[in-house]
Amino acid sequence: MRIVVTAKYVPDINTDRGFSGGRVVRSAAEGTLNELDENAIEAALRLVEAAREAGTLGPDEGEVVVVTMAGPDGDVALRKAFQLGVDRGIRVSGDELAGSDYFGTAAVLAAAVRRLGAESPVDLVVTGMAALDGLGSVVPTLLGAELGLPTLNLAKKVELADRVLTITREADDVTEVLSAPLPAVLSVTDGANQPRFPGFKLIMAARTKEIEVWTPADLGLDPATAGSAGARTEVLTAAPRPERAEPEIVTDKGEGGVALADFLIRNDLV
Amino acid sequence: MTNRTVLVLLEPATEVRDSALELLTIARGLGRVEAVTLEAPTVEVLAQLGTYGVETVHQAELSRDGSCVTGDERHLPAVVGAALAAAVRLTDADVVLLPTSFAAKEAAALAARELGAGLVIDAASVREADGRVVAGKRVFAGAWDTECALTTDVAVVTVRANSAVAQPADVAVEPVTEGYAVEVAASPVTLVSREVKADTSGRPPLDQAAIVVAGGRGTDGDFGPVEDLADALGAAVGASRDAAFEGWWDTYVGQTGVTVAPRVYIGAGISGAPHHRGGMQASQVIVAVNSDPEAPIFEICDFAVVGQLADVLPQAAAEIRKHKG
Ligand SMILES: Cc1cc2nc3c(=O)[nH]c(=O)nc-3n(C[C@H](O)[C@H](O)[C@H](O)COP(=O)(O)OP(=O)(O)OC[C@H]3O[C@@H](n4cnc5c(N)ncnc54)[C@H](O)[C@@H]3O)c2cc1C
Ligand SMILES: Nc1ncnc2c1ncn2[C@@H]1O[C@H](COP(=O)(O)O)[C@@H](O)[C@H]1O
Repeated sequence: MRIVVTAKYVPDINTDRGFSGGRVVRSAAEGTLNELDENAIEAALRLVEAAREAGTLGPDEGEVVVVTMAGPDGDVALRKAFQLGVDRGIRVSGDELAGSDYFGTAAVLAAAVRRLGAESPVDLVVTGMAALDGLGSVVPTLLGAELGLPTLNLAKKVELADRVLTITREADDVTEVLSAPLPAVLSVTDGANQPRFPGFKLIMAARTKEIEVWTPADLGLDPATAGSAGARTEVLTAAPRPERAEPEIVTDKGEGGVALADFLIRNDLV
Repeated sequence: MTNRTVLVLLEPATEVRDSALELLTIARGLGRVEAVTLEAPTVEVLAQLGTYGVETVHQAELSRDGSCVTGDERHLPAVVGAALAAAVRLTDADVVLLPTSFAAKEAAALAARELGAGLVIDAASVREADGRVVAGKRVFAGAWDTECALTTDVAVVTVRANSAVAQPADVAVEPVTEGYAVEVAASPVTLVSREVKADTSGRPPLDQAAIVVAGGRGTDGDFGPVEDLADALGAAVGASRDAAFEGWWDTYVGQTGVTVAPRVYIGAGISGAPHHRGGMQASQVIVAVNSDPEAPIFEICDFAVVGQLADVLPQAAAEIRKHKG
């Protein structure tokens, strides 16, 4: 069982995020592994572990490879992935990739998966449900289409039996059970699992573990498929919203509910 | 008005939700509006579409290898995406507008990929500028406003609920339904089961409601006061992820839950974590009820009560009922 997880380096949601020159500003001090990709890593690790337990994989068989498309800062995300126990980390980097849109991102990730597949077959690609910076939730769908693989999105429950993947998803007001044979692309939600905490030994080992860096040329990518050159949208303006006015805060001494109702009524909100 | 053709996805076609009326209103500002459906619209739906200026409804007739595709499979994003792409080719449309459900995002991505179209997810506005389609977006938990232009011939945009005030057309028209053939590719994905949650609460849908009352861990599992205030206001009920994962409520607001941008959001017993804020910070007015005067949600609210929600909410509900008479 060989699983590729795609993971994005994003600005930490707990810090102020912003734009510069039409692009999201990211810096190593503030950037982090997209939390939702921890759920993807967890799902991948569990599938390999379960196969080892069931004896379908030997104790040393199975591999989880994490791929990120990012600048050098993206190593922060890969180191975090190593801490969680993934076997290999690849960063796809190149100046020409800056400004990639959803399609460009999916094309680059697909090329990386193909290259890994050329080394030895990839059984499954797992992604997070969304990147917390853009919240697009479309890269998994596009990646699946790009690879020509069945795509099962937004899994809350994942089961694998006889190389058939079955998921349960609750999206919008619909609950669906979907299945597809491997190889496939799978995206998991934050309800799918509880990501593990890194172990001490893994934290130590993650510091010096090798990160492989691939360029678009290594992947045989046409420069026009990704980066600003290939992007189908162009950022025109980006501005912080005006701060809210000072709030009106009432401490409840028995009339708090009346004050709340009064606020709504006097502002014509009822 | 330009000579653009704008397609609006109506899925399902058995009702016209408020979010669909908003889409139609936005679409009219961009050009001539036509609807795309995957099933026959009802008479009531057609009448409503006519009020909103829809002249033509394109109803996909799906087939695969010579046999009809019917039933639940029609709602699969791959099928909806193929139907949308075919409708664009048929009508030579310039813009496709969809709501922002997860299913619609998937369909939008697949259609845009097939058409080589530009894609914007979760727009809060769509307008025309210098001959291009320009979409506005709130990003970073609603802290920034951005606008981007689509540089392709065809633009596919999913639009958030509450992005526009629904407005009927000046002149109502009588829509004509026209079938068109769509060949669906063989799917390696099997739909084992599909179940639509029936909403029997009588409350408006969370993502479309004008007022939302949400409860968090501070409810300690009792959503009674939250529901009481919601019902007094005619509001939808939501929760924090923690409250939902505890099983206290089934839908939650936030980055991985439902994004809401109502006129009024009231959070009770919710601390206001960044993940939660990401799904509600674009609300027009934010009200918080929290027993902790240091709760982070106070940083982004307009009005707050420091107090026990079990005391404050029922009292507010009673007062509002009294006001409404
Ligand atoms: C990847 C990821 C995604 C996430 N996505 C989401 C998301 O989409 N939506 C979301 O909501 N969360 C999300 N979370 C979780 C989020 O980080 C917070 O943990 C969560 O929002 C906290 O829920 P809460 O406010 O109900 O609980 P708490 O943070 O525990 O806050 C409870 C509040 O209730 C107050 N309180 C207690 N008793 C009372 C009382 N009697 N009366 C009044 N107030 C009282 C307390 O003072 C406190 O402020 C996500 C987390 C991760 C890691
Ligand atoms: N630059 C990237 N590098 C690696 N994975 C990515 C990248 N962008 C998106 N992804 C993956 O796609 C998922 C959904 O992203 P998005 O569609 O951008 O919300 C994320 O959770 C990641 O798993």
